[in-house]
Amino acid sequence: MAVPFPFSAIVGQEEMKLALLMAAVDPSIGGVLVFGDRGTGKSTAIRALAALMPRMPVIAGCAYNCDPGVPSRPMLCENCRSGVAPVVRSVPVPVVDLPLGATEDRVIGALDLEKALTRGEKGFEPGLLARAHRGFLYIDEVNLLEDHLVDSLLDVAASGENVVEREGLSVRHPARFVLVGSGNPEEGELRPQLLDRFGLSVEVTTPTDLATRVRIVQQRDLFERDRAAFVKTWSRKDGQIRRRIEAGRARLDSVDLPVELIELSARLCMSLGTDGLRGELTLIRAARALASIEECTVVTPAHLRRIAPSVLRHRLRRDPLDESGSGARVERAMLEVLGA
Amino acid sequence: MTEAASPASPWQETQTAAALFAVAPHWLGGVVLRAFPGPVRDAWLESLGSLLPAETPLRRIPAHISESRLLGGLDLAATLRAGRPLSERGLLAECDGGVALLAMAERASRSTVACLGSALDAGEILLEREGVAGRYRAEIGVVALDESGDGEDACSPVLQDRLAFHLDLRDIGIHDLDDPGPDPRRILLARERLADVSCDDDKLQALIAVAMSLGIDSLRAGLLALRVARVSAALGGRAEVSAEDLEIAARLVLAPRATRLPQPENAAEPEAPEPPPPEPPSPESAKDDSAESEGDDRPLEDRVLDAAAASIPAGLLASLKAGRDRRARSRAAGKSGAVQRSQRRGRPMGAIAGDPRRGARLNLIATLRAAAPWQPIRRAEQAAHATTAPRVLVRRDDFRVTRYRQRAETTTIFVVDASGSAALHRLAEAKGAVELLLADCYVRRDQVALIAFRGQRAELLLPPTRSLVRAKRNIAGLPGGGGTPLASAIDAAVELVLQVQRRGGTASVVFLTDGRANVCRDGSHGRDKANAEALAAAPQLRTTGALSMLIDTSPRPNPGAGQLALALGAVYLPMPQAQAHMLRDAVQAGTGGRSRSGS
Repeated sequence: MAVPFPFSAIVGQEEMKLALLMAAVDPSIGGVLVFGDRGTGKSTAIRALAALMPRMPVIAGCAYNCDPGVPSRPMLCENCRSGVAPVVRSVPVPVVDLPLGATEDRVIGALDLEKALTRGEKGFEPGLLARAHRGFLYIDEVNLLEDHLVDSLLDVAASGENVVEREGLSVRHPARFVLVGSGNPEEGELRPQLLDRFGLSVEVTTPTDLATRVRIVQQRDLFERDRAAFVKTWSRKDGQIRRRIEAGRARLDSVDLPVELIELSARLCMSLGTDGLRGELTLIRAARALASIEECTVVTPAHLRRIAPSVLRHRLRRDPLDESGSGARVERAMLEVLGA
Repeated sequence: MTEAASPASPWQETQTAAALFAVAPHWLGGVVLRAFPGPVRDAWLESLGSLLPAETPLRRIPAHISESRLLGGLDLAATLRAGRPLSERGLLAECDGGVALLAMAERASRSTVACLGSALDAGEILLEREGVAGRYRAEIGVVALDESGDGEDACSPVLQDRLAFHLDLRDIGIHDLDDPGPDPRRILLARERLADVSCDDDKLQALIAVAMSLGIDSLRAGLLALRVARVSAALGGRAEVSAEDLEIAARLVLAPRATRLPQPENAAEPEAPEPPPPEPPSPESAKDDSAESEGDDRPLEDRVLDAAAASIPAGLLASLKAGRDRRARSRAAGKSGAVQRSQRRGRPMGAIAGDPRRGARLNLIATLRAAAPWQPIRRAEQAAHATTAPRVLVRRDDFRVTRYRQRAETTTIFVVDASGSAALHRLAEAKGAVELLLADCYVRRDQVALIAFRGQRAELLLPPTRSLVRAKRNIAGLPGGGGTPLASAIDAAVELVLQVQRRGGTASVVFLTDGRANVCRDGSHGRDKANAEALAAAPQLRTTGALSMLIDTSPRPNPGAGQLALALGAVYLPMPQAQAHMLRDAVQAGTGGRSRSGS
């Protein structure tokens, strides 16, 4: 594959970069949706993140990236349940691309044609969901995704398990993945059910000042003229980010979460009238992830304030009579609840 | 061509673009070629073909191409021969290193456009289809043949953004084809030199600044302009990008993307809106003067800006004056393919056993999968007959065809009376209802459109769309007041209904009015005549068969509105205090209550 543009060389777009880092530190935040103008580097950032992923232990030879550290059997695939002491390997957290035009059989998995044709055996060929287990599933142009694929994804994302019942096969395997989507809102809206699956949603816009724009084009130009040299220049900074992700992951459980903060999150959600508890949970998890990235031992309202727009923006009920954007409404509620 | 001092004719300009594109097709993305089919377009394509080095792939992509042909997939013949799954390369991979011609680009489906977009971005195709997975190089340049006329949906903005050149051949006559075109040998030389061309930061900054002052949002435009400047230098044999190269980049890449006119301090350019010819001679000669006499004293940015401003097409200026018209229109293109449906399209619903001949599509994978388990048995049978057999034995019972769920898209057309005193209230509620309906629409994948009428005529404010973002932008700031041209409104609604039906969709129409017409089609005032015209126009809508409803917003139900509803074949619904939520509920009930059956 072509060398990706280094993550640390991306100019501006701080909210997007932070959201991606938070999702990498705590996958339970539940994915990132990046919506915005054409040519703002949405997919560049996500592909760049893939190069920074920390490593994770997997059971060697398992097609589903099973976790050797998991004690309970239901979290393992059928092969790994057999109980033989597994050989452990370490691989980078996968970032799997769901390309345009992918068909259902390749996404959820299907009968292995090769085996069937050459040996007359019935075997299961795992799909993209299997590869993405414990990692990221990236969908570019997420609003162009076929409806029936969206349905399968929603089902699997909700249950954490992929159940395949087709062509005489009956297979189930764990499939927990972080959904990362990007798209342009002018190509169409996202179905509310799918929107709800994303923990964080960021809006990217084209920078409006000359200096930033010049720097973006400059960096891109340098990258294109000599990819290897450019990547090398940035490798140290990229390494720092990778270590920040790793340290953030390690520190996550020890970050202290005061009760007042949980209360603040709840009040924020209530004042915005978001449905369900997912908003609150995500607020808390994201604030904790941010604190962890920034090497803090305790989550503060300042953390909450910074992540609240990304967490709540897409959870507001549409109010057609309110002309201000959802970002402004979150700001207003934050002023109310958290004070100036 | 690169001798920028002599004013280039429009045809020479397009030749320059062809030469630049031929040097680095994938790097520059390509060309949106707006032209009607004919000798001029053929001449341009021929000249491009002659400029590309021999054996460069140059393939035509028809508008109806299937995803499997575009991206690749299972090769049935090879698979059957070999007895194991073999993939075949798609058209995009076959075009690697060359150029893909997208025929009727304005009609291309969203998926075709998106596939081209990702190939342009990544230079490769990632394939996860029909049981095969793979990665193919696809460093392609694209020529999008856009045959749309004025005011019609143009080629998708996804492509426009990624293709460096936007050329318009529509005003070039066959007698203008004077230039023999550049020498193809220069292309190869330029390719060799390209990697060594440098560009200093001031020049880069000037380009980006010009892009900004022309109101170009996308960062790709600046990057493409920089690339074009480099290629232009390579073509001209220079080791460094010169001011001339920047001017060429500004003329060819930035000017066609301008969304507003630059506001220069010197009073030389602002007159540019007035003279209509696309290449007004005055700025050109002014530029010559500056190049010679004032020369390098003038800031680089101004020179580049002038070059761009002089190339902004005249037609664009008119539409720029009318606000964000052009952007709105180009955005409309995004969905131009989305509504194209045919018997063999729609949402796939899995495969069933069936005969692939009667117009149905054979589902290769399902067929092979059906055949696979039987192979050992069939081979044993075959062996008994001792004939030479193919590796995979497929029988008629194995054939599987893809079923598609074809649900016609519904477009709800609001026709809103924006006249008189109640206009503001009515509009606000109609806007609310449009947004509420759209909120439900993604579930159903349906569309909403809005026609407003007031003063002299009816106006399509929101062409059918599914995007709330677009809806909000287009409806914001809708003015109210004036007379009530009801007949024109009915005409506009009928036209839109027919348009939707032509694309294979279903339309339903919602009128929001008090039914008191007072402006005739010819713009004259007169209550009686206007009412008579409206009543006469009404049956046209009824004959389209579209579901319709008329919501009477007058304080007391108006018998005239009831009559009109009857003539329209519409459900009559007096609703003096129409509110967004009530409207939405009424529309959903009135148009068959399909609110959530889609998913």
